[in-house]
Amino acid sequence: MNAIPNLAPAAGEIILAIGAMVLLLAGVIIRNLKVTQLNKACSLMILIALIPVLVWRGDTETTFGGMFIMDGFAVFMKALVMLSSAIAILMSGQYLKDKEIETYEFPVLMVLATLGMMMMISASSLLSLYMGLELQSLCLYVLAAINRNRNRSTEAGLKYFVLGAMSSGILLFGISLVYGFTGTISFEELGGQIAGAGNNIGLIIGMVLVLAGLAFKISAVPFHMWTPDVYEGAPTPVTAFLAAAPKVAAMALLVRVTITTFPALTGDWQMILTFLAIASMILGAFAALPQTNIKRLMAYSTIGHIGYALVGLAAGTQEGVEAVLIYMAIYATMTLGTFACILSMKNEEGMTENISDLAGLSRTKPAMALALAIFMFSLAGIPTMAGFFGKWFVFKAAVDAGLYSLAVIGVLASVVAAYYYLRIVKLMYFDEPAPDFVPSYDRPKIYIIGIMAALNSPLSLLLISLLVGAAAYAAGTLAG
Amino acid sequence: MYHIIVFAPLLGFLLAGLGGRWLGKGGSQIITSALVSLSAVLSFYAFYDVVVNGSAQTILVAEWVTSGALSFDWAFKIDTLTVVMLVVVNLISAIVHIYSIGYMERDLHNPRFFAYLSLFTFSMLMLVTADNLVQMYFGWEGVGLTSYLLIGFWHHKPAANAAAIKAFIVNRVGDFGFSLGIFATFMVFGTVYLDPIFAAAGAHAGTTFNFLGYNPDILTTICILLFIGAMGKSAQLGLHTWLPDAMEGPTPVSALIHAATMVTAGIFLVVRMSPLFEYAPDALMVVTIVGAATAFLTATIALVQNDIKRVIAYSTCSQLGYMFFAAGLSAYGAAMFHLFTHAFFKALLFLGAGAVIHALSDEQDMRRMGGLKSMIPVTYLLMVVGTLALTGFPLTSGFFSKDMILEVAYVSQGPVANLAWILGIGAVFMTAFYSWRLIFMTFHGKPKAPREVMDRVHESPNVMLLPLAVLAAGALGAGWLFSSSYIGGDYDGFWDGSIFLIGGNIMEQAHHIPWRDIPGKWLPTIMMAAGFALAYLFYIKRKDLPAKTARAFKPIYTLFYNKWYFDEAYDFLFVRPAFFIGRLLWKVGDGLIIDGLGPDGVSNMAMRLGVRIRKLQTGYIYHYAFAILIGVALLVTYFMFYRGGI
Repeated sequence: MNAIPNLAPAAGEIILAIGAMVLLLAGVIIRNLKVTQLNKACSLMILIALIPVLVWRGDTETTFGGMFIMDGFAVFMKALVMLSSAIAILMSGQYLKDKEIETYEFPVLMVLATLGMMMMISASSLLSLYMGLELQSLCLYVLAAINRNRNRSTEAGLKYFVLGAMSSGILLFGISLVYGFTGTISFEELGGQIAGAGNNIGLIIGMVLVLAGLAFKISAVPFHMWTPDVYEGAPTPVTAFLAAAPKVAAMALLVRVTITTFPALTGDWQMILTFLAIASMILGAFAALPQTNIKRLMAYSTIGHIGYALVGLAAGTQEGVEAVLIYMAIYATMTLGTFACILSMKNEEGMTENISDLAGLSRTKPAMALALAIFMFSLAGIPTMAGFFGKWFVFKAAVDAGLYSLAVIGVLASVVAAYYYLRIVKLMYFDEPAPDFVPSYDRPKIYIIGIMAALNSPLSLLLISLLVGAAAYAAGTLAG
Repeated sequence: MYHIIVFAPLLGFLLAGLGGRWLGKGGSQIITSALVSLSAVLSFYAFYDVVVNGSAQTILVAEWVTSGALSFDWAFKIDTLTVVMLVVVNLISAIVHIYSIGYMERDLHNPRFFAYLSLFTFSMLMLVTADNLVQMYFGWEGVGLTSYLLIGFWHHKPAANAAAIKAFIVNRVGDFGFSLGIFATFMVFGTVYLDPIFAAAGAHAGTTFNFLGYNPDILTTICILLFIGAMGKSAQLGLHTWLPDAMEGPTPVSALIHAATMVTAGIFLVVRMSPLFEYAPDALMVVTIVGAATAFLTATIALVQNDIKRVIAYSTCSQLGYMFFAAGLSAYGAAMFHLFTHAFFKALLFLGAGAVIHALSDEQDMRRMGGLKSMIPVTYLLMVVGTLALTGFPLTSGFFSKDMILEVAYVSQGPVANLAWILGIGAVFMTAFYSWRLIFMTFHGKPKAPREVMDRVHESPNVMLLPLAVLAAGALGAGWLFSSSYIGGDYDGFWDGSIFLIGGNIMEQAHHIPWRDIPGKWLPTIMMAAGFALAYLFYIKRKDLPAKTARAFKPIYTLFYNKWYFDEAYDFLFVRPAFFIGRLLWKVGDGLIIDGLGPDGVSNMAMRLGVRIRKLQTGYIYHYAFAILIGVALLVTYFMFYRGGI
């Protein structure tokens, strides 16, 4: 083994790590640092770090003693995570200024969280997995509680932290069981060991605990309880960030762990994921019905969408993995777009989160209403919208894998879920305008809303084949 | 050429219908009228081409449907029957278009009106040029649609809407019969093309099929189903109730659709399908009975109606009855001839009535008319010409065609011919009476309209009178001009095989009724004169008589006046039960059961479930942690049981 490991595969991570520390220093040294500018700098930095990721043409390569892996799958997922993070950071500026929480730590924490996610995606051993996960989680805990003057925010941060710590404990316990029964923590070796170990109950329980810990991160039912409270309590840009990038990263981790580490136990984890998927889809559909707060509604919406993505993974095939990747990419665009709209919701008393305030938006702000309607249609999975293709691929994967009942339940749940998405559209287009509703948006948000709406609109028909091609390549490297 | 004939009205419809806003009133009128007139002129040439040059043909327009065994194209079948209809439809349509320029002058929705008229014309042309049953059905439904649209043209009038819906629904009953007839034809013959069907008809004569244990004759069944369709469109007894109500539409519409063209589609259908009907004598008998009964019964109703347009409408039903019983007695030529002449004089009467209504500021009740003779002399003269033709005054067109029908009934050996003849003769008398009653009430006597209305009475503009003059010329001259071709010596050369007969031509026998045979030859004319005399007596000489007669024969008068209570019976038998069933299904079936258990119930349940799940979200960390642990415990337990082998 070389004294200095090969750093090339981790170039993106290194740029982010150094950059984050530089910005932290800058934040401390330079007074009057404008957070909006720092935000832009952070977004730019993430985009710069994206370059080495995107130009990664090499084959699958491991480094840091086999704990870090770079392959096509990682490229796809990292690109998705980094873009989501950059967008989330960009659209947070206005909110921070309005709420007077312009702390320079905010964007830096987001960058560090992104770094954690990238580590998660590239993790190829149980320890690097845990390290990435914790780096990401710790940043998110702080971010959720960053509005210290507001009880809700601190409550959300605390809840998230306590429950997150507990789930990390479960995860660690699972890791120790797996290590105990196999004697290794490297994913690659684990795959072989487990195949040899056969039907070992201790190992299976270890896997169950690992999956439970990861399920907490993607907020799959019944590990979802924190989600609505944290989504509602955390500052909206944090919620936007939480809803997109970490979900993508955790899902990537889940995919990698199940596909590469436990292929011998496919039947078992399929069962777990099927259970999680069904519970998530159903709960996501029904629990959102009576919600009046749009952030809470989006929390349940997230839970539901994670359920649909899990349908693809539960199929356990390469086609299924491909479907998950497509789904997460589309999910990220829908969610970010929707949150950009939510971040623009404002009445005379300041930011508002009530769904009823959207009433009659089509008459006051037709462009925003149209964009939000596109997101809602897409989230509901109306054909020709991007969201439809996401659902189409996961259900198709499930059907091809013989999981008919799963697909049927998914379709039924999406019917129920369509109700609350369409209710928002109805509210915007057919109800009397709410008084004093004055949406405000700054330039970045307008661009983000516009681009995301375009991506989700029927224009997606033109781009979907590109996405499918990329996902197929990424899924191919994982299985091969 | 045939493409232009058929598609010019469609072009007119598209231009006026879609571009009416830009063309404006004048533009729409002129374009549609010009295009339909072009069709009319070309139709005459086509008539000449087919009848004189004998160039009957089939013209393929486009492939239409290919689906399994069912395959047919869109094609024009051009033979004498078609060109006769082309001439009638396009000529009357062109005249009505031009007349409407004057009549609809003050209407705000002028382009829409002309667009509908042109669409109707196109549909009618599709119907008459069809070379297969489906295409015919397309036209059939198209005219039904445009009829609906035009009856309800003044959609701010509730009566017009009700009449439009009634027309549509009653026609659906007939159309259902027609479509069943088409299905049956396809089932039996395996094709919807007319020519192969006609060729194979003889082979299927007398064969039966099993239906619920009965073994009805195939061709009789098909023909009766087709005839039900014809009954609906041509307002025959039982399905006639929509036609008088359809008078709610603008008068030019009544003239074009509900007198001259669409209502004759049923006759056309029966004549076109003559090769089938000829092999189904029982069906022909049904046609005869229905036709004769309609001719008589609707004439009795016309005797006592007071609305000028309704009198003419019932008269139309009655005349259509004549055509049907002529067809039922295998005198298809006579039926077509009456269709041809009737189109002239009935359109003339309707448009004349329109001119009267126009002159009297939209008054339609004859009891409030009178004394118009000297004020609108041209209209009066034209109406008298129409009436003469309708009543069958010697040498007018109606005389030739109606007398031929009655003579055919007289000489026919058919089982119901005698009945048809008696009813027909009775109807002649009544026709004369109610037609002259109309003239006398409207034009003679003292004015009964209010003074301010009478002051504004004026002769119609030339754009309305000239079309009437053309029709009057047809009403007077079409009879002797064409009688030899349609029903006389040139019969075979004229029809050139487009009408099929099994036995000898019955009209041949009718020509041989001797002059001395008073009932056969002279009775129709005598009855006509008697009807005129009675009307003269009642409405000019002894004006107290109508009321006295009505009192003396009160039950009969009431029966006639209330149109034999058809509407009331239908209301009781169909409309109310339908409403009852509809309301039951709506309130109980749909609202209570389906919505209650289905959409509403499910959505309520979903909402309740959502609320319950929300209650789980207590906000306490230890509840959340508990949920996580329960989840983990459940999964672990499951695996311990099912994989651990405990």
